[in-house]
Amino acid sequence: MNAFLRKALLRAPLFILMGLLGLVFAAPLLFMFASSFKHDEAIFSDLSSWSSYVPDVGWSMANYAAIFERSNLPLFLFNSTLIALAVVVGGILVNSMLAFSLSRMRWRGRGAVLSVVVAMMIIPFEVIAIPLLSLVARLPWPGIEQGALGWHLGWHIGWFNSLHVQIIPFLANAFCVFLFYQFFRDIPPELDEAAKMDGAGPWALFFRIILPNSRPVIATAAIVLFIAAWNQYLWPIMVVQGEAARPVQPGIQQFFGRSNSWGQIMAYASVVTLPVLAVFLAFQRQFVASVAGSGIKG
Amino acid sequence: MKTLLGRDYPLAVGGFAGPALILFAAFILAPLLLAAAATFTNHRLVSPEPTRYVGLDNYKRLLALQVLTVEPLRDAAGAVLRDEDGMRFPTWRQTRGARPELVGYRPAWQFGLGERRVVLAATDPLFYRSLINTFLFALLVLPLQCGVALGLALLVNQRIAGRIFFRTVYFAPVVTSMVVASIVWSFMLNTDRGMINELLRALTGDANIGPDWLGESHYALPAIAIMSAWQGAGFQMLVFLAGLQSISPELYEAATLMGANAWQRFVHVTLPGLRNTIVFVMVSTMLMAFGLFTQVDVMTAGGPLDSTTTVVYHAVRSGFKQQDIGYGSTITLVFFGIVLLASALQRFMASKGADQ
Repeated sequence: MNAFLRKALLRAPLFILMGLLGLVFAAPLLFMFASSFKHDEAIFSDLSSWSSYVPDVGWSMANYAAIFERSNLPLFLFNSTLIALAVVVGGILVNSMLAFSLSRMRWRGRGAVLSVVVAMMIIPFEVIAIPLLSLVARLPWPGIEQGALGWHLGWHIGWFNSLHVQIIPFLANAFCVFLFYQFFRDIPPELDEAAKMDGAGPWALFFRIILPNSRPVIATAAIVLFIAAWNQYLWPIMVVQGEAARPVQPGIQQFFGRSNSWGQIMAYASVVTLPVLAVFLAFQRQFVASVAGSGIKG
Repeated sequence: MKTLLGRDYPLAVGGFAGPALILFAAFILAPLLLAAAATFTNHRLVSPEPTRYVGLDNYKRLLALQVLTVEPLRDAAGAVLRDEDGMRFPTWRQTRGARPELVGYRPAWQFGLGERRVVLAATDPLFYRSLINTFLFALLVLPLQCGVALGLALLVNQRIAGRIFFRTVYFAPVVTSMVVASIVWSFMLNTDRGMINELLRALTGDANIGPDWLGESHYALPAIAIMSAWQGAGFQMLVFLAGLQSISPELYEAATLMGANAWQRFVHVTLPGLRNTIVFVMVSTMLMAFGLFTQVDVMTAGGPLDSTTTVVYHAVRSGFKQQDIGYGSTITLVFFGIVLLASALQRFMASKGADQ
């Protein structure tokens, strides 16, 4: 037997195992996508066959048409997109700026702040949720109000049923600060020195030298923040009652509770999942490299 | 460090560090402090009555626990009464009636001990039930998810064609939201039509097999654990993969030269090399397990018979649905204490393991 064939035979069981596991991991998602194109009867009649997992000949967009007609899905998608984009852009900015001051500036309390940031990484959001709920109930927000002298700027109390209540508390993220901090620390100081010789202050150094050299960590932070924001569930079910500011996850949960058409539920689930899948596939390379390169491993 | 900017830019320090620090203070530290204060009050989200200081009442209500033994019912001759379920015991109402100190208590957990029954009675039995459920879930999901993740990482670390493709496939559930995953799995776990039971029937050849996964109290939590491991393992796989790739290939070569087989290389090179990674993965999986909420809310609403009610689910029900912020905060803070203790314990055990 030649070496090549022997090697291939040795690898075959591994390859089969990898494929079987691949089926286990992919099947629920394939089922979701395939069923979203089928009538309910077809979903149930196909159940024990391969066609459960692949769109078959009779596929139609009827479920998709129905969910856009029957629910406020476009509004929920718009809300979630706005929330996620705001959290990604704002989060990258504030977290990387704090990380910059921690890795490049000399100030009193720097070490203490760094330890607090590291410690905050293990606080699960679930611990903050109830106290945060009672906090945002008391926070003021500016608005235009009509009074005796016409329209004027006023404050109303409570952040409920808004988009900002789903954005502002999630901008600062300890894990992201830590990611940026580690990355900035490893940027060679020669780059800084050259910039300082040219008379650059901290702002120029940060925006012209550090940030443009940090694409991988920016991609990672973007993915982490985007996935977390898009998949928010516990927080919006507590702070958003009406439909105006509702994002997609509570939206699909509510649709799941009301609808008895599995085809439409799966179509809804597919619409909610696709944007995140697309973002991940677009940034996959940087993301995987960055998880591998970050100090998470210890 | 020469590269540090000097003290020439006090304004810049504030400009860079200020926004994030203010946000951290306002939305993480302030809520924690508020929660600590709220635990001593009867504060409600919306209430006509002013908030009042109630001392340790919330903690008493949450933690009060009495262990008692209950004698079985006996007939006139002193023989234990039995029915088809075994020994007969007095009802809780009868037991409580005989003991005035049990007013306000309800049974949280009970088990037989010889001819007696041991009952743990609490003023909030659901809290202890949810605590047990949460630990049970962590015990189920921790080995399952970490083990699967390590296995996947070892697989995609092989030089096999298609490993990048499969890495993406294993990771795909991570970007699926927990709500969507819960909904799809609710379908798959259906007793009569779901593919999990179809597969079980096909593999065993027994047409009657197939539990009511989400409807029976013994199966609901394991079913949620399997689903959660499916959803989350891909991320830990990436972390393990990073750990594997940081182990020097020379160590493997040296082990091979010394005659180590694949298993010995795994035990003596791979596992020690992954020590820090394993600690990180275990701690993060545990934090995720302790926060179990979404799957329960979507799939079982805490049922059947409170078998999937978790600490966070209980806290949300008290603090949000019943708007009892004082009590919800108490649950939250006690839970946070447990989280801190458990992760400290895990790290401690990991560091002890390293010394040996």
